[in-house]
Amino acid sequence: MIKDYTLTVTNQIQVADTIYELTLAGDITKDPIAAGQFVNVKIPNPAYILRRPFGIAEVNVDQGYIKLIYRVVGDGTQILAQLTKGATLNVLGPLGHGFPSEFLNQAADVLIIGGGTGLPPLYELSRRLSAQGHHLDIALGFPNKQRVFYETKMAQFGHTVVSTDDGSYGLQGTIIDLIDQNFADKSYQAIYACGPRGLELAVSDHFSGHPHAYISAEARMACGIGICNACVLHTTADTSGATNKKVCTDGPVFHINEVVL
Amino acid sequence: MTTLSVALPGLALKNPIMPASGCCGFGEELGNLYNLNQLGAIMIKAATSKPRFGNPTPRVAETPQGMLNAIGLQNPGVATIVAEKIPKLHAKFKDLPIIANVAGSAQADYVAVCEQISHAPGVSAIELNISCPNVAHGGMEFGVDPTAAFELTKACVNVSAVPIYVKLSPNVTDIREIAKAVAMAQPAGFTLINTLVGMRFDLATRQAILANQTGGLSGPAVLPVALRLIHQVRSVCDLPIIGMGGVTCAEDVLEMIIAGADAVAIGTANLTDPFACPEIIAALPAVMAKYHISSIESLIHERKGKLVK
Repeated sequence: MIKDYTLTVTNQIQVADTIYELTLAGDITKDPIAAGQFVNVKIPNPAYILRRPFGIAEVNVDQGYIKLIYRVVGDGTQILAQLTKGATLNVLGPLGHGFPSEFLNQAADVLIIGGGTGLPPLYELSRRLSAQGHHLDIALGFPNKQRVFYETKMAQFGHTVVSTDDGSYGLQGTIIDLIDQNFADKSYQAIYACGPRGLELAVSDHFSGHPHAYISAEARMACGIGICNACVLHTTADTSGATNKKVCTDGPVFHINEVVL
Repeated sequence: MTTLSVALPGLALKNPIMPASGCCGFGEELGNLYNLNQLGAIMIKAATSKPRFGNPTPRVAETPQGMLNAIGLQNPGVATIVAEKIPKLHAKFKDLPIIANVAGSAQADYVAVCEQISHAPGVSAIELNISCPNVAHGGMEFGVDPTAAFELTKACVNVSAVPIYVKLSPNVTDIREIAKAVAMAQPAGFTLINTLVGMRFDLATRQAILANQTGGLSGPAVLPVALRLIHQVRSVCDLPIIGMGGVTCAEDVLEMIIAGADAVAIGTANLTDPFACPEIIAALPAVMAKYHISSIESLIHERKGKLVK
């Protein structure tokens, strides 16, 4: 059930260059949240009328908090980065559909592919899949060494490898190079990816036709609940040119062959 | 005890508040969040004769106290809207008057869509969108030319089974000239304002942020412009006006009625806060009491006595 929550900042730490982890406590964890769902956060300044959508990085039901991880890219996220313990934030959610996993066999082999700030929803997904006894291989790409985050935290869920665009950390190369070099001989029952458009296009191409390969799409969004139609994508099966999928309500998770990125 | 009801042609509104077209879809999503029967009415998303994907993305950009949008009249086409969207909304919310927004690229399209949609169950009125700034053909072309606006309105009034409210563009030299011309075609009233054409650029790419280049500005930034234009139309015309443009709170609603509106639509505020309309409705009685306003109708009546022409 989508609700408008007032959540309290209980912690905020910088996890890499320009990247922050925000812990928010409140009633949002009292209803079910799927891994891959997102929230739309109101910037606590009336000058900014568009909310900012963020994938939910972690859900802790027992302690009643969620975590968001975001990169400071403009004035709105700069304001978020200045929030300290005790501040409150208006958060709409949980929104969208999460990563499907109900089809997985017991102890299934799963490949997780994350790029930059696409990683957060994959952390929660990996945490759950690992707890369910699935075997995870994890490929993470970042622009450079300064922007690497959560490598150790992801490594607790499976074999984790890292690449950077400039080679300053891990393999220098693309995410596909990284996968080819480490996991080429393996096959997976499911593949889950989230990252920049280029990464998701490469993943969609590389695993085209795989029955359970999913990406979580990013889009410039306004409402987050399906009423404004800002975040639409064409569908691959469309012959009329007029049908669409909304990233906010039909997604953000799609099968790789469902939408045109 | 304050009274919120307002009676307009075709519309017995229990309160003056309605979500504006393009900011509430076809009521499905908001209807999952709260009971839409508490709204005065709903202005559903524009219908065109054929399905439209709309513009390429990005379709939105933030601006100080506002936003630009260039959705481009995305809709599944009038046939689907009449067969599926409107019946679904009407079945779930029987007490909700539906105002159907009609758009097109040629007069014949507008006329056909008006005729068809005006017979749909639950549709109490039509908002004739002659002012969409985000389509290459039609839309605003009609709304900026007094003769074309008159001809189109007249043709649609002739075929519609429900009252027609004509949505005026702020992107004109003198809105009074357009309003006077449209009034000659005897619509039930006006809705205004549609969005103001604007642009934003990305410093890194040196390109316009919106794929459509230009988009419509909305949000709190446009409120004073909307108030001025509503006041101007009110000064030359007695037809009912459903005002809109940057309204976010009960105070804004009353200010817009003082300016010349008879009811008020809430647009962009729904995108910031999906519960904006019920929150404004709930806040109205206390704010009215504070300013000694016993009813919305009394405020409208008071204005009629005082309005400076």
